[in-house]
Amino acid sequence: MNKILEKQFFSPDVAKMVLEAPEISKSRKAGHFVIIRIGEKGERIPLTIADADPDKGTITLVVQRVGVTSARFIALEPGDQVRDVVGPLGNPTHIEKAGTVLCAGGGVGVAPLLPIVEALKKAGNKVVTVLAARNKDLIILEEQMRTFSDEVIIMTDDGSYGEKGLVTHGMEKVINREKVDQAVVIGPAIMMKFAALTTKKYHIPTIASLNTIMVDGTGMCGACRVSVGGRTRFVCVDGPEFDAHQVDFDEMLKRLGAYKDQEREAYERYLKTVRS
Amino acid sequence: MKFTTEYLKEERSQEWREALRKSMKAKERTSMERIRMPEVDPNVRNKNNQEVNYGLKEEQALLESHRCLDCVDPTCIPGCPVNINIPKFIKKIEAKDFPGAATVLKETNALPAVCGRVCPQEVQCEVSCFYTRKLGKPAVAIGNLERFAADYERDSGRISVPVVEKSNGIKVGVIGSGPSGLAFAGDMIKLGYDVTVFEALHEIGGVLKYGIPEFRLPNTVVDVEIENLKKMGVNFRTNFIVGKTETMDDLKKVGFEAFFVGSGAGLPRFMNIPGENAIGIYSSNEYLTRINLMHAANPDYDTPIFSGKNVAVIGGGNTAMDSVRTAKRLGAERAMIIYRRSRTEMPARVEEVKHAEEEGIEFMNLHNPVAYFTDEKGRVTTVRVQKMELGEPDASGRRRPIPIEGSEFDIEVDTVVVAIGVSPNPLIPHMMPDLKVTDWGTIVVDKETMQTSIPWLFAGGDIVRGGATVILAMGDGRKAAEGMHRYLKEKVKKKS
Ligand SMILES: Cc1cc2nc3c(=O)[nH]c(=O)nc-3n(C[C@H](O)[C@H](O)[C@H](O)COP(=O)(O)OP(=O)(O)OC[C@H]3O[C@@H](n4cnc5c(N)ncnc54)[C@H](O)[C@@H]3O)c2cc1C
Ligand code: FES
Repeated sequence: MNKILEKQFFSPDVAKMVLEAPEISKSRKAGHFVIIRIGEKGERIPLTIADADPDKGTITLVVQRVGVTSARFIALEPGDQVRDVVGPLGNPTHIEKAGTVLCAGGGVGVAPLLPIVEALKKAGNKVVTVLAARNKDLIILEEQMRTFSDEVIIMTDDGSYGEKGLVTHGMEKVINREKVDQAVVIGPAIMMKFAALTTKKYHIPTIASLNTIMVDGTGMCGACRVSVGGRTRFVCVDGPEFDAHQVDFDEMLKRLGAYKDQEREAYERYLKTVRS
Repeated sequence: MKFTTEYLKEERSQEWREALRKSMKAKERTSMERIRMPEVDPNVRNKNNQEVNYGLKEEQALLESHRCLDCVDPTCIPGCPVNINIPKFIKKIEAKDFPGAATVLKETNALPAVCGRVCPQEVQCEVSCFYTRKLGKPAVAIGNLERFAADYERDSGRISVPVVEKSNGIKVGVIGSGPSGLAFAGDMIKLGYDVTVFEALHEIGGVLKYGIPEFRLPNTVVDVEIENLKKMGVNFRTNFIVGKTETMDDLKKVGFEAFFVGSGAGLPRFMNIPGENAIGIYSSNEYLTRINLMHAANPDYDTPIFSGKNVAVIGGGNTAMDSVRTAKRLGAERAMIIYRRSRTEMPARVEEVKHAEEEGIEFMNLHNPVAYFTDEKGRVTTVRVQKMELGEPDASGRRRPIPIEGSEFDIEVDTVVVAIGVSPNPLIPHMMPDLKVTDWGTIVVDKETMQTSIPWLFAGGDIVRGGATVILAMGDGRKAAEGMHRYLKEKVKKKS
């Protein structure tokens, strides 16, 4: 059981949740994630640790409402308990001084990107961050990103904030302007696919952090498998970060949609229970 | 624990045993038929999750116990990986002292109700029984009797909670809560240690919970054992991955003196053939975990699962049988085993194969998948298989399967479960570069003490043996407890 201490909505669909998790808060590094199960009948879902405070013994998760579990999670209030939280899982981000690093985050992918941006900056890199979302309301953590980035470029699909255009436009602008030594992309699979294609064109080594379906998160089931460079890898233990140019994003996109129908039905059922 | 021949002789010559032997002629005993385990009708059970075997009734167990000849040289005992004093427990049943029979079992077996259900008796105690060896008749139903005695004790509600020695204040950690970890914890708590079991998942029990299905091993059977350990004072920490949540070094700083690793063989293997990452293709671990641990087949639970119409399960072991029979229970019209050797080479328990056949499972033996094909959404639609024939025996002693060129054909499927084995869980070996491991990734131990190359670290079960059995894992746990006790005693002595 882990108690929720704080909740803050970034937008109607995206919330920051601060949870009590003393051991995890001490062991976690940038790039790590946890698996949570909200209640006895819940499913296990992975969530990246966006921040942690080892002194207070807390971890911060940023969650977007996409289905039953995320909806139930952000409906919880401070004082409520989450039944299971296990972690930190995965390998931490390999942080080194590369020179200029281009960090691109889409949607809630911005949350896991934040600790990486912070660590890269602290390692002495010049960090240029591109934040992208559908519209202004969905741009999150801008202030925090500005604290650790040398520059932040905002892209929205509808032009309601920052520049109008896709994440790749923002990235190309930077690449065409200055020498970029490394790139990190985190966001929806489709966004990472195109971001990776963009940096590949310019031969910029790129890391993507993958968010596949998981069950145990310890390498036991293979639900999280992806093809990387033609080999099957388990995201939970071999990742979550991989060379973005080697990842088979098309396969990953398909696998992410495996239970789409069941998920939609479950979500509709859930919505009925909340409304009634 | 190993019994000496003298000890067994002495036990056998006790008055009550002599009297029982005299009470019935050997000829009469051997002329009795082996009692058949009563089972749920195959066409009923393949639609529900009820345990397949009902268990012997009291009268049946009594009759069966009379078949045992209480041999001078009980060859069944060395056939048992933990050397249960088999004739003694069976004669206790014959004497109608059922709790006494359970006590005998527990001298060497920490989980008799589990082992009575899942041990491959036909290649252990029962193959070594006088009836099989000398009379060419069905062996005494040792496994069924073991289950009877253990169940009797549990159902009577008077499970004896073993006496625990006064606490010695020494903290020891157990990594993994499978049978090896549970057995280790039980012995160490009895010896007075302060024992904490760390488990990565949200449930205690390892494979007993997430792997072996309810219809073969009901969760309640395992839970009773876990409750007992709790009553004895064992601490359990779920959602705790040693090496991730905290390292062994962290734990040593808060006073843990030694550890037992029973982290199992959790890493599923795939065949690396084209299309294997298609939607609808599961490892058996994922398939069984979704159903057994996450209750995906129950609509009240959130975890999704494909309950396919045409399900192919690849492999011939217990895991394959459990998966295919689960698929049938989830409503598959066609649930089939695709296995590259023949039935004789199947590593599954004989009873499971028999049960599977009765339940309407199709067996495509001497076939091997070579590729999968999908629809435009990525869902598997077809498996291409190749026919095989058997060649010379390989290193495992089983005849090697050889592909027959040009024999490929396609089978329509919508769900596939790959159950071709597991590799040792790499987590602990990875984080300890000094730990000696084999080329296969299993941890190297001293066979007597189960001590690893790091003196304060002991190991057992599947992480040492690769894929093995519940009884071997449990036996390892008990041996490790003995080994660690000796190691810590010396350490404590040196300190004072
Ligand atoms: C489907 C299936 C059917 C089987 N059927 C039979 C059968 O009929 N008869 C038989 O004898 N055997 C059977 N087996 C094999 C038997 O279950 C195993 O040999 C036995 O469970 C091994 O026990 P173990 O204690 O080594 O580990 P496991 O039971 O594998 O348990 C290991 C536990 O350790 C946990 N863990 C791993 N790493 C860590 C860590 N770092 N920190 C904390 N926890 C950790 C895991 O989550 C797991 O719960 C079957 C196996 C399967 C999968
Ligand atoms: S989530 Fe099960 S192996 Fe990665």
